[in-house]
Amino acid sequence: MSAVLKKSTATALGRHALLIVGAALVVLPFLWMFTTSLQTRAETYSNTSIFPTSWHWENYAVAWQAAPFGQYYLNSLIMAVGIVSGHLVLDAFAAYAFARLRFPFKNAIFVLLLAALMVPTFVTIIPAYSLVAGFGWIDTYWGLIVPRLADVFGIILLRQYFVSIPSELEDAARIDGCSRIGTFFRIMVPLSMPAFATLAIFSFLFAWNDFLWPLLVTNSDELRTIQIGLAAFQGRYNTSWNYLMAGTITATVPSIIVFMFFQRALVRGIAASGLKD
Amino acid sequence: MMLSRTPRRPSTTSLRRGSAPLTQLHTELRSGRTRGRGGAPRYNREEVLTAALFLLPALAVLGTFVFYPIISAGYISLTSWNGFSPVKEFIGFDNYVRLAQDPAFWNSLMVTVLYAFGVCVLSIASGLTVALLLDAPLRGRGFYRGIYFLPAVTSSVAAAIVWRYMLDPSGFVNSVLEGIGIDGPDWLQNRWLALGSLTLLTVWKNVGLNAILYLTALQALPDGVFEAAQIDGASFTQRIRYMTIPLLAPMTFFVVVQALITSFQSFDLVYVLTGGGPQGGTEVLGMFMYQQAFRLSDFGYGTAIAFVTLFLVLGVTLVNWRASGSGRSPLR
Repeated sequence: MSAVLKKSTATALGRHALLIVGAALVVLPFLWMFTTSLQTRAETYSNTSIFPTSWHWENYAVAWQAAPFGQYYLNSLIMAVGIVSGHLVLDAFAAYAFARLRFPFKNAIFVLLLAALMVPTFVTIIPAYSLVAGFGWIDTYWGLIVPRLADVFGIILLRQYFVSIPSELEDAARIDGCSRIGTFFRIMVPLSMPAFATLAIFSFLFAWNDFLWPLLVTNSDELRTIQIGLAAFQGRYNTSWNYLMAGTITATVPSIIVFMFFQRALVRGIAASGLKD
Repeated sequence: MMLSRTPRRPSTTSLRRGSAPLTQLHTELRSGRTRGRGGAPRYNREEVLTAALFLLPALAVLGTFVFYPIISAGYISLTSWNGFSPVKEFIGFDNYVRLAQDPAFWNSLMVTVLYAFGVCVLSIASGLTVALLLDAPLRGRGFYRGIYFLPAVTSSVAAAIVWRYMLDPSGFVNSVLEGIGIDGPDWLQNRWLALGSLTLLTVWKNVGLNAILYLTALQALPDGVFEAAQIDGASFTQRIRYMTIPLLAPMTFFVVVQALITSFQSFDLVYVLTGGGPQGGTEVLGMFMYQQAFRLSDFGYGTAIAFVTLFLVLGVTLVNWRASGSGRSPLR
């Protein structure tokens, strides 16, 4: 008995040891980023400690003055809110139709959507860009948001969830005289909050971290999102690593906060995306 | 696979024979959904209208900015177009012929294939290792999961900037190497070291994602079989080699497809880490396309590159699907 217990304690310790080594490797770049952001420029070339040894918080102020990070933040936020609300509304309506309603070509349309998931962004990006340019949407919030108001991933995620809700609930409401739209808003939406939360986080992280599309459709600092601003900042402050790292932390903190608060919903979504296959 | 969940309509024959379950018959009659004489399904008009209303916004967006562009791209790849001129000169398959003769394309293809291969192998290895370590009643599991997942929520731009800094000749990596007496190289100025660094960066960024995918699959495996094998004297390595790995084949297929799509679509990480250099050493297909289309204003050529990428991804996925299909576990 005690031998078994000892053996399992030893295995657990071994697991912890290996997991900690791995975790240290994963975290190292973050720690390095943070430490550097608080150093003087001279220190960034001489100091090798991975933990902060000096605390020059003013680096952040300098970085924020050197580039309009406030404006970049605002732009990213506007774009993220637009895309997240678009996904929540448009994807949900479409998902409901696929989960509950009967209409011609339903399966064909759904398969077409699934197929679109396999198409690399590069294929669509040139025509989409010239379309947006034709609308006069370059360097506008429209150009950043409208083309990404709906996405296939969200439709699939929500449809999966809707299908798992017993349709008897809706049938009962229908018999009591509730309309289709009524049952959608009063039954499906309140019951599907976990799925909506998962989608909101995925969409937020996608929007906040997105790079290629905002890079193409924005030209001015007034419209640049945080990632584009950061890449441009890197070009100008190539060797001022302390300011550059302060800017990088600035751009990273919101997604880490969102992740910390909604980790469960995010993990659930990934598990679902793997299992659907 | 998902489509099979759609409730099946009872067939006319079963209705006539009166063998359909009462509830089905009831639903069918109530909503007036019966097959017409020609055998074609008749739909409830109100329901179809509601569906159209519900689908319209999403399909309008996806149709305009995804489906129309796919078709349009097919045509653009057959033209010579600078992206601004109203005239797209039709040149047939010239862009594709040019691609086949362009050494820069073959370089880019080779770089992408090596990169994709490295990312696939290391993603499976790292994801599976972390998942196996986490697959036990362990204190602080949520904490570890959170840590390993951090790189995935970080933007590619931020991640690549930090890595570039750490790989600087006077950066962190080389100062650690110096500490143990090794004179570190200039990582991002040698094409093979740069490609290796890019591969590791990509794997680092996705390790948490792959670990969660594998962990989900591991937790869905039946415990009993493993216990039986253990009682029969199968060692830990035997259980991993002959049970866990084959049983996880479907998830490995998913991980590989994800890794392939990630590496064939990779752009952000490359753009910031190396810009495609040195001397094209990390110029993956995404970067090559961006250069041709948006830097050199050769949109027809750029679109042709994108289409070749699409067919490569589809082809490799199909081969992989065939391969994993034959190796599918008997327990599922």
